[in-house]
Parts: sequence; structure tokens; C-alpha cells
Amino acid sequence: MNTFTICRKELNSYFRSPIAYGVMAFFGLISGYFFYVAIVFFVQASIQSSITGQAQPMSVNEQVIRPIFSNISVIGLFLIPMITMRLFAEEKRTGTIELLVTSPIRDLEIIMGKWLAAMALYAVMLGVSLVSMATLFLYGRPDWRPMAVGYLGLLLQGGCLLAIGTFISTCTKNQIVAGVAGFSVCLLLWVLDWMSSFQDSVSAKAISYLSVLQHFDSFSKGVLDSKDIIYYVSAIFIGLFLTARSLESLRWRA
Amino acid sequence: MIKVEGLTKRYARHVAVDNISFEVQKGQIVGFLGPNGAGKTTTMRVLTCFLPPTSGTAQVAGFDVLEQPMEVKKRIGYLPESPPLYPEMEVIEYLEFVGRLKGVPKENLGRRIDEVMEKCSIGDVRMDLISRLSKGYRQRVGLAQAILHNPDVLILDEPTSGLDPQQIIETRDLIKGLAGDHTIILSTHILPEVEQTCEQVIIIARGKVVATDSVENLTSRLRGAESVAVEVAPRDGMPLSAEQVQQRLERVSGVSRVAARESRDGRLSFTVESQQGQHIRPELARAVVEAGWNLNDLHAVGLSLEEIFLELTGAPKEDIAAAHATMQVPAGEMS
Repeated sequence: MNTFTICRKELNSYFRSPIAYGVMAFFGLISGYFFYVAIVFFVQASIQSSITGQAQPMSVNEQVIRPIFSNISVIGLFLIPMITMRLFAEEKRTGTIELLVTSPIRDLEIIMGKWLAAMALYAVMLGVSLVSMATLFLYGRPDWRPMAVGYLGLLLQGGCLLAIGTFISTCTKNQIVAGVAGFSVCLLLWVLDWMSSFQDSVSAKAISYLSVLQHFDSFSKGVLDSKDIIYYVSAIFIGLFLTARSLESLRWRA
Repeated sequence: MIKVEGLTKRYARHVAVDNISFEVQKGQIVGFLGPNGAGKTTTMRVLTCFLPPTSGTAQVAGFDVLEQPMEVKKRIGYLPESPPLYPEMEVIEYLEFVGRLKGVPKENLGRRIDEVMEKCSIGDVRMDLISRLSKGYRQRVGLAQAILHNPDVLILDEPTSGLDPQQIIETRDLIKGLAGDHTIILSTHILPEVEQTCEQVIIIARGKVVATDSVENLTSRLRGAESVAVEVAPRDGMPLSAEQVQQRLERVSGVSRVAARESRDGRLSFTVESQQGQHIRPELARAVVEAGWNLNDLHAVGLSLEEIFLELTGAPKEDIAAAHATMQVPAGEMS
């Protein structure tokens, strides 16, 4: 109930500020561009195979949808810090955090409310890309199941980055600092899996296991792998747990 | 209603609140008075469960802030120094949000909001965005927020800071009107505020309580002595030095101290303090006139809370400890 109150308030302020529209517009533009590029590649490949006469297997899911999902997951890394940066930083700057913390509600309800609002905005943002996906159904017959798995993967990956971003937002009073720090962490979690491309040691594998993007690969293929689901769900838990600790420590340090 | 015992709050570098104890009875308005940085806000934050105490205990309505914070929070309305407002919300929307946070039952919420808007006279801005409100309105919306769930205890941190004189008077009247239903602690560094609104005063300086007493008792403490403002001007353009006048005034019987204040256009002002129980004004007037000077002004200056306050808080540390010891005795029912 209190979670819902907080969540509603956060969503209201997202959609009353330029943040929600900025994020959605930016996402629509970039994902639309990626969609266009993927389609052009696909069309060229099909023309080529009809000219040469070699019948290559063509798949919309494999050649259009999968690269789009990979691209969207990378765009998420850039946009998620913009969604989370104000969650707590702004409340700390204006002092409204005192209102929340001295109200008879639990810290967990505050945190869940804010994270769920961020998730909702992220989901709406992903919804913009459904327009591109819908046109595929108009002109082709892609399989919807891998597509659903892909969206589930995007939500899980987004949820874990949003939880981390929420945590970072509790650490500062300055939205911009929270945004930049969140972006750096997202970027780091992305490039961690490059380790495994030039090294084959156990430590390199362990480090690249931590990469957020690496776990998205199976989802983009339409494969539900329990290992990756566990990774995302536990990352969400860790992010929200750190947020709770950080919110509590505000009072001990303040 | 509020019971604080041996409360200490230590930050990494310094002690903000050092072993303070006090008690507030139900329905009282208590002024928390002290210079900036004395520990007023810290104490209030402990009472509202925002900060945990380093040691000592604080109880609100019988509930400990550390052990049953939820129960304490339900019974407290808190207005921090800067009102916790969301600029992007409309006033009514903000109050609905706070009402839900504070657990006001849904069926009562609308009526309750109308009541507090009436009480705080913010009904005319109910649909306005908070970011567009003037400072005075913001403060009143903050106050409305604090009383919305009809809490037993109201904690107001500098409720009149940054307001213009008219708004200050309105806010004070509003706070006075709230007494009785609520137990109120308000902090301020403005003395007349305490004299005008509060029944009890707790003076705090450098993290320690230096005095807890009723406003009347504190002022009567120094009532025996009299302080008189005198303004003297030379007659017929004869030159007149401040030392000359001062020496003459000091010779008046019953005078304990003469301090020169200022001289402007040849007019000299002094503050003269009497010994205990001496009425010196007639003698002073006679002395000035007999000396052949003009007596422009002569009036008694009541020893205000201000002077007691300065005496208690401006003194060096060991003096404060001494003051603490002497003030605790007449505190009587408070400590």
C-alpha cells in the first residue's frame, strides 16, 4: 500500500518532468535507427541470395530481432542512469527525504516504490520499440516466443541496472553526480565481458561472468537459461539491499 | 508526553548534543532556544526518529525512538527547517500524498485536508503548483503537512525563519491556536518568539541544556535590578564629553554600572544598571539636570530574555556549567 503510494508519486514526477519524455524520445530515435539498419541488412542479404541463387536460410528472428535486442540492451546502459539518478539524490537535496523517513512507513517500502516506478518507466520506454516489432508482423511471420523472451531479458537486465542506479542515487545529493557514477558503473559492467575475448584464465571467466550484457545473450536468442535469470534476480536483490543499507546509514552519518 | 534522558549525539568530529535531559508535559508549547549550531535540530531529529541517539534515551508518548520507531512516527508531526515539499505537485495533491504516507484513513482524508487547509489558510492555493508558492505559503503548507494526521506531538524546526513580519505574526498565532490539542516543541533563535508563543523554554547552547524554566520565571530572575536608557545632550552648544557624563552618572547612588552606548550629533546615550531593588530614575534625572545638561530621554529597559540568553550562552564554557548548576535549582517542576 505504502509502496504503491511512493510508486505513484514517483511516476507522477517522472511524467511531469522532461525526464520521461526525453528518455522515451531518445530511445525511440535510436532503437528506430537500429531497426532500420537491421531491416536494410536483412533485405540486402535476401536480394543477394536470390541473385547468386544460393538459398541461404533466412530468419527474421535470427537476423533482425536478435541484433535489435542486443542493441536495445546496450542503449539501456545509457538511459538507465538518467532514470535512476534523481530517485534519492533529489529527495536528499530538497530535504524531502526527512518527510519520507519520519513517516510511519518502512524503508523497504520507500525503496520498492521508487524502484518499481523506475521499472515502470523503463517498461514504457521499451514499449516504444513494440512499434518496430509490430511492423515485422505486418510484413513477415516472425516467431513471437523468442521475442517475448527477449523482452523478459530486457526487463530483467534493466531491473538489475535500475537497482544499482537506485543505490548510487542514495550516495549523493547531486543528481548529476549520481547520473555520471551510474553511467560509469553501467559502462564497466558492459565491458567486463571483453576480458574473456583475449584471455582464457579462470579469473577472466569469473570477471566476465559479472558482466550484465553477457547474460543477455541467451535471452536475445530466445533461450531461457536459469543461470542468467539467477544472475539478474540476484543482482536486483543486491542492488536493492545496498540501497536499504545506504538509506539506513544516512541516519547514522547525517 | 516527551521524555529525554541523558541524550547524547556524537558525530565523527564533534558532539552535537551532550547529555541533555528534559521533559515536556501534554498540551504544552515548549520553545527550544539556542544559537545556530547549538544542537536544536539534532535533538529534534532524534525525537522524530530521523537520527538515532549515540547514547541516552528519548521517549514520545511512552514509546522509545529506537525500540518502537513506527509508534513514535505515527504520533509525531514534523516540520523540518526547510519544509519538505515537492515543487512539481499541486498543494492538494501533496497533502493527499502525505496523508497516505502518514496513514490517514482514506474515508477521512478529504475532510482532514479541508480542515488543515482552513486552519493554515491555504485554501486559496489548493490547486497551485508548490513551485509557484511564496515562502510564506510554503511554510504554511509545511505546517499543514505536519498536522495533517492529527499527531499528539508537533515538532517545528524554526517555523518562522525566512518569513516577513506579517507572516511571522500569522504563523505564531497559528501555532498558538494549535496548542492544547497538540504538544508542541518549536525551535528558534529569535527570543521574542519564545516570549510570545511558549509557556516553557529550554535554552540550549553548545549541545548542553543551560536552562529549563517557564518564561515568567526566567525573566523574573533578573527582575530585581533595573536597566535604564539615558540620552543626554549639551545645553547652549557647550562641549560635553562622554567621560564627563559617565563619571557624573556613576556617582548617583544605587547605580552599579554605566555603559556608554553611542553618541550622535553631540547627543550621548548610556545604559545605566541599578543595584538590586534600587529605583534610580528620579536620582538620574536630577543629576543630569543639576549638571546643566539637557535630558533628552530616560526610560526603563526591561531586562529581556535576550539578556538572560546572552548571559547564559555567550559566556565561556566553565561559566555555562556554573549557570547550568544554578539554573537547575529553580527549574522546579521541569527537571
